[in-house]
Amino acid sequence: MEKRVTFKGWLLPMCLLMPQIIITAVFFFYPAGQAIYQSLFIPDPFGLSMRWVGLGNFEYLLGDPYYRASFVTTAVFSLLVTVTSMGFALYLAVLADRLIKGSGVYRTLLIWPYAVAPAVAGVLWLFMFNTRVGVVSWYLGLLGYDWNHVLNEAEAMGLVVVASSWGRVSYNFLFFLAGLQAIPKSVIEAAAIDGARFWTRFRTIVFPLLSPTTFFLLVVNIVYAFFETFGVIHTITSGGPQQATTILVYKVFSDGFVSQDLGSSAAQSVILLVIVGALTIVQFKFIERRVHY
Amino acid sequence: MKIRTLLGAFASTIALSSNAYAATEIQWWHAFTGRLGELLAEQIEEFNASQSDFVVVGSHKGNYSETLNAGIAAFRAGEQPHILMVFEVGTATMMAAKGAINPVYEVMAEGGAPFDPDAYMGAVKGYYTTTDGDMLSLPYNSSTPVLYVNRDAFTAAGLDPDMDLSTWQNVGEALDGLKAGGEDCPLVTAWQSWVHLENMSAWHDVPFASKENGFAGLDTELMLNGPVQVAHIEAMGQWAKDAKFIYTGRRNEGGANFRAGECALFTESSAGYAGVKAEAKFDFDIRSLPYWEGAGNAPQNTIIGGSSLWVMAGHDAEEYKGVSQFLSFLSSSDVQAKWHQNTGYLPITTEAAEQTKAEGFYDANPGTEIAGMQMTGKAPTGNSKGLRLGSFDQIRGIIDEELEAVWAGDKDAQTALDSAKERGDALLRRFEQANR
Repeated sequence: MEKRVTFKGWLLPMCLLMPQIIITAVFFFYPAGQAIYQSLFIPDPFGLSMRWVGLGNFEYLLGDPYYRASFVTTAVFSLLVTVTSMGFALYLAVLADRLIKGSGVYRTLLIWPYAVAPAVAGVLWLFMFNTRVGVVSWYLGLLGYDWNHVLNEAEAMGLVVVASSWGRVSYNFLFFLAGLQAIPKSVIEAAAIDGARFWTRFRTIVFPLLSPTTFFLLVVNIVYAFFETFGVIHTITSGGPQQATTILVYKVFSDGFVSQDLGSSAAQSVILLVIVGALTIVQFKFIERRVHY
Repeated sequence: MKIRTLLGAFASTIALSSNAYAATEIQWWHAFTGRLGELLAEQIEEFNASQSDFVVVGSHKGNYSETLNAGIAAFRAGEQPHILMVFEVGTATMMAAKGAINPVYEVMAEGGAPFDPDAYMGAVKGYYTTTDGDMLSLPYNSSTPVLYVNRDAFTAAGLDPDMDLSTWQNVGEALDGLKAGGEDCPLVTAWQSWVHLENMSAWHDVPFASKENGFAGLDTELMLNGPVQVAHIEAMGQWAKDAKFIYTGRRNEGGANFRAGECALFTESSAGYAGVKAEAKFDFDIRSLPYWEGAGNAPQNTIIGGSSLWVMAGHDAEEYKGVSQFLSFLSSSDVQAKWHQNTGYLPITTEAAEQTKAEGFYDANPGTEIAGMQMTGKAPTGNSKGLRLGSFDQIRGIIDEELEAVWAGDKDAQTALDSAKERGDALLRRFEQANR
């Protein structure tokens, strides 16, 4: 039977909830409301005048084939970042979980990249893959491969995906490792005694029991890929070559903070908000059903 | 030793702060670090030492874009500096912000400090002056694109390093020779839109945009898809295809390659001189930007890049008096000549150029006079005064994308430039709408 704890009165629960509500209101509802409000105007950068355009900003954006194309770019980019960072993190977590000696050292080292800011990570990867002076591109050159992400669209996409995923692997690794360690050893040992090999155990026991963690990370990583990657794009490709790496959030950043087109930038962030909101609802409705808590 | 340093620091802090209390403070937000930042700080120190009524305080606010953003955000919060450094691309944005700025000609007239706008070179002044002849912002650092030649690379490829490179036709022949002589990187460029479209248009006296490149009204349209520009981009596209022109990125990434001696020819700002001189371990010289023989009215004059100083609105009259004195100090020929000689930026006043020549600087540093000559060879026309286009940062981004399509061989020059015009015009209409 379910056990319910209830509070008498409303003062204490309100006090306990208040900090979270205030933070959400100040840092989420207020800015989101401002974005929606501003998306209906074309303001001048200095805030001297606001020109009401209704849905004009949205019409302007959605009528632009280049803006529509960046939806596809964003989908490809987010999918690649999520799959790469989660897949690699899971692989490392499984290996680290099996370690008996020195696991602490590995864990510490694997967590480090998370401390590197996205823009800085971008610069690091850019140095390694610089078409002329980069270490990696130099070795690729020795192998006869001419690395040129300033003109090759696929290479540019690959580079920003790797740079965006790198720091994320650490974050995902932490959660996967915690998830793995929460799985009772007895279940796995029982399966082993029954003759299940490692891969069978992983597929039939570990992965299903890990599903709450995987689901949580899926949501968090998609949000990350959609919102927090503009620093990497800005430092590595500036959205190029052509428009190969112009993802939605990078356009929000560059139109708003580089070009001072605040109306368009606000409208774009509203569109982004709607997409990510819808995506999260879809995930909770359809994918969460397959999650076993 | 330590105590003495501390005491010294303490004493100077007291001296500085008492000075600051007595004097009116003038805030100057700028975008310079490194060597340029040091030279800028020297100018401030010199001014502060020269009088006791005002103290100029310089603050570095990031790169050009970040500095402009910081200024805008500060204005919205009512915390704006007195003087804001804005790159040439932001000129239209600042001009349109009528309530946020005090035009320099007004500040100078009211402040009463000696100032002669005609001391500035026409091609520099024109960029920041209205069609009625009122100077809105003070030109600070200006440069123009020139051609850098790696003479050793020419020799290695069996070419005469003194060959005539004044036209693109000749450059084309040089590229053939370099390629045949085994050169992997015959030509690189920095700032492709600025050099190969904006300056190419002015240099050939053909319009980049209608309404005198935007000077005569917000209802301007891009005209960068004219025959002269298309022919140039087509030739560059062919060179890219033949691996004679190597594309290295949207900014000045190619500079690293050229300075390392990997490339033979480099089109880049005259302000790149200091870097090339410091790093190049090969024999180099500077030529004027090539033009197409027989196209347009080339050579006309090239246009500038760089920044100017805008005076922001909302301060006391007493403070503006200090601003006017400081700007007057900055425009003096000693300051300008020193800046020009140390940085490779243009001598922006005629006097500073004459002074530099008289001091024998050009004889000691051959090639440094090219940029100035290129700017002043002819009186600027409506096509070569400069550009005044709203949202120009974004438009440059679009041009970059379209040019990349040409370099990659995905589009021909005409299609790419037509598309750049169409997309850029949409932004110009938006800017017009926001600032009507």
